[in-house]
Amino acid sequence: MIQQVVFAIVLLGFSYFIARRIGPISKGIQLGKQTPLTGDSSARWKNVLLIAFGQKKMFKRLVPAVLHFFIYAGFLIINLEVLEFIIDGLAGTHRFFAPFLGSIYPVLMNVFEFLAVAVLLSCVFFLIRRNVLKIPRFWSAEMTSWPRLDANTILVVEIVLMLAILTMNATDQLLQSRDAHYTATGSLFFSSFLMPVFENLETGSLIVIERFAWWFHIVGILGFALYVTYSKHLHIFMAFPNTYYARLEPKGQIHNMPVVTQEVKSMLGLAEASTPTEPGRFGAKDVNDLARINLIAAFACTECGRCTSECPANLTGKKLSPRKIMMDTRDRVEEVMKNDGKLDDGKSLLGDYITKEEINACTSCNACVEACPVMINPLDIILELRRYVAMEESGSPASWNSMFQNIETNFAPWKFSPSDRFNWAKD
Amino acid sequence: MGTRAVQTPRSSPAAIWSLKNLDDMNVPTLAELSAKGESPEILFWVGCAGSFDDRYKRVTKAFVKILNALEIKFGVLGTEESCTGDPARRAGNEFLFQMQAMSNIQVLNGYGVKRIVTACPHCFNTLKNEYPELGGNYEVIHHATFLQQLINEGKIKLKDGHAFKGKKITFHDSCYLGRANNIYEAPREVLEALDVDLVEMKRCRTTGLCCGAGGAQMFKDAEKGKKEINTDRTEEALATGATTIAVACPFCMTMITDGVKTKERETDVNVKDLAELIAEANGL
Repeated sequence: MIQQVVFAIVLLGFSYFIARRIGPISKGIQLGKQTPLTGDSSARWKNVLLIAFGQKKMFKRLVPAVLHFFIYAGFLIINLEVLEFIIDGLAGTHRFFAPFLGSIYPVLMNVFEFLAVAVLLSCVFFLIRRNVLKIPRFWSAEMTSWPRLDANTILVVEIVLMLAILTMNATDQLLQSRDAHYTATGSLFFSSFLMPVFENLETGSLIVIERFAWWFHIVGILGFALYVTYSKHLHIFMAFPNTYYARLEPKGQIHNMPVVTQEVKSMLGLAEASTPTEPGRFGAKDVNDLARINLIAAFACTECGRCTSECPANLTGKKLSPRKIMMDTRDRVEEVMKNDGKLDDGKSLLGDYITKEEINACTSCNACVEACPVMINPLDIILELRRYVAMEESGSPASWNSMFQNIETNFAPWKFSPSDRFNWAKD
Repeated sequence: MGTRAVQTPRSSPAAIWSLKNLDDMNVPTLAELSAKGESPEILFWVGCAGSFDDRYKRVTKAFVKILNALEIKFGVLGTEESCTGDPARRAGNEFLFQMQAMSNIQVLNGYGVKRIVTACPHCFNTLKNEYPELGGNYEVIHHATFLQQLINEGKIKLKDGHAFKGKKITFHDSCYLGRANNIYEAPREVLEALDVDLVEMKRCRTTGLCCGAGGAQMFKDAEKGKKEINTDRTEEALATGATTIAVACPFCMTMITDGVKTKERETDVNVKDLAELIAEANGL
């Protein structure tokens, strides 16, 4: 009975703290501007199914894709077991589903165990890739101590949680022949290898270990769920809305600014000059100037760095890193939310987080957009920042200002006379 | 702007489609055509580089020669053409972009233009994807696709024995053709029709490395870094052992040509546009 009460308190406590994180994150995203959704929703759902749920773009790199797939499948399927944990915890039962599922139950448990082992090994491989093989994209400039610690923490926690499941099942199987409370599960393949470690222990000690593993696993999962809301690991949820809201237009198309269209039309005498309502800012200086999808994307980024590893600017030693653009955007949103949503703290995304040198290095080649497994578009943010610099600050590089001038006066980006444009046919 | 001598294999036995080989180009403007009450099948949008850059003017001419040889009824805007606004938009100057776009759309709609072909992927992307929202709706085709269609329709026939047959050629994907618009196969089919030994770089198609000029980088110096992007890309192209690097974009043409010069390989490695390869292979 005490166990049930304690469990209920623990469950409520974690639920409360997790729920308390949802508010700031969703308010943070709502700092962004609402933009109209184009295209039909079936194309959007297709992206959710193929790219988020089906992991299609992950498989552009096979090794991490397979390892990631085990962890992903493990996450989806092993979490079914969490439901049983919660029922058992609240009702004081043990393996609540076993009698209902009969002979299916051991099959399911063996599948869970297989996945647990697969997750465990995948996490070990991932730790090796990061820390021993030191794959460069995990060590580039923006991968400072916190992002690296975050990544390693996630992997270690997942390994420990899987070990807890296997320990629990091993001791549970030993207890089934000693204590009637322990429902028969049939033989569980993977955890049976751990049974020799525990088989000489007394029943009392076994119960302590089994209970400890059970509690460790469920409290670990709840704690991890709370941690996720502070971590890059939030991609496990945000990848889904991100693929839904991601743009459907060809990658080369930059979205239009209707405010500008109105003004240009009136300048050319194509439309009546409208009395301008509060025009707002051209382009983006801070996160509230960006679209909500840009901010969803910032929370969907798990810092894998595939974008940066294919960025021509980054590859040739320039400061620009598309991953850093996303990390900075998220950090700035989190900072604003810590200030109760106030943006007037003397800081802004452009300047304090992202420098002009970074955005000026972009070739708009879309390699980052193509590389992202969950359809994040760092280029969109870069272009909005450039718009602010060009139109609000007139702060573009001098040679771009000359190019602008050439287009205005000669209708070509170079200094050639427009009357010479057709000379090529006469040479 | 890089310039480089090209060999024009006029003596090539690979005489081509059975049409006349025009030494004088016939380039009617839409103004002339409409004065005669004619309207062309297609507008050839030359673009700023195609009009002003010495190297890319040769591509413009090669493409015109193909159009002439096939007796395709086309027209150009001549001095009425103006920058699409692509570099202005990508550098953040939305006002300037829309000014350019709207005045171009006025001209294009004024002539009732329906189809446009261009040899510049940046013009192609802007005309095709960004003009419709501002009132310019046209069927826009990049010349790689246009040439591929002509080959598929049997209008361009390539006979044996031309200068590029069996030669090792690699194709450098333009970002604004490839990732921006998912056109990867058309340029390769053109090269395959030439029966060349097409060798791919490791980074090709969706993972093709930019030449370094997109996003208005063409019009400024690169930011501080360890290496120039075009040098990196050119090294990769040279590593294939290709003697010709095929491109389909004026900016890529400049960047890769400069890269080849940096690597001091201009004597044994050519950078050529698809239209030039087709024209030269046919002795045009």
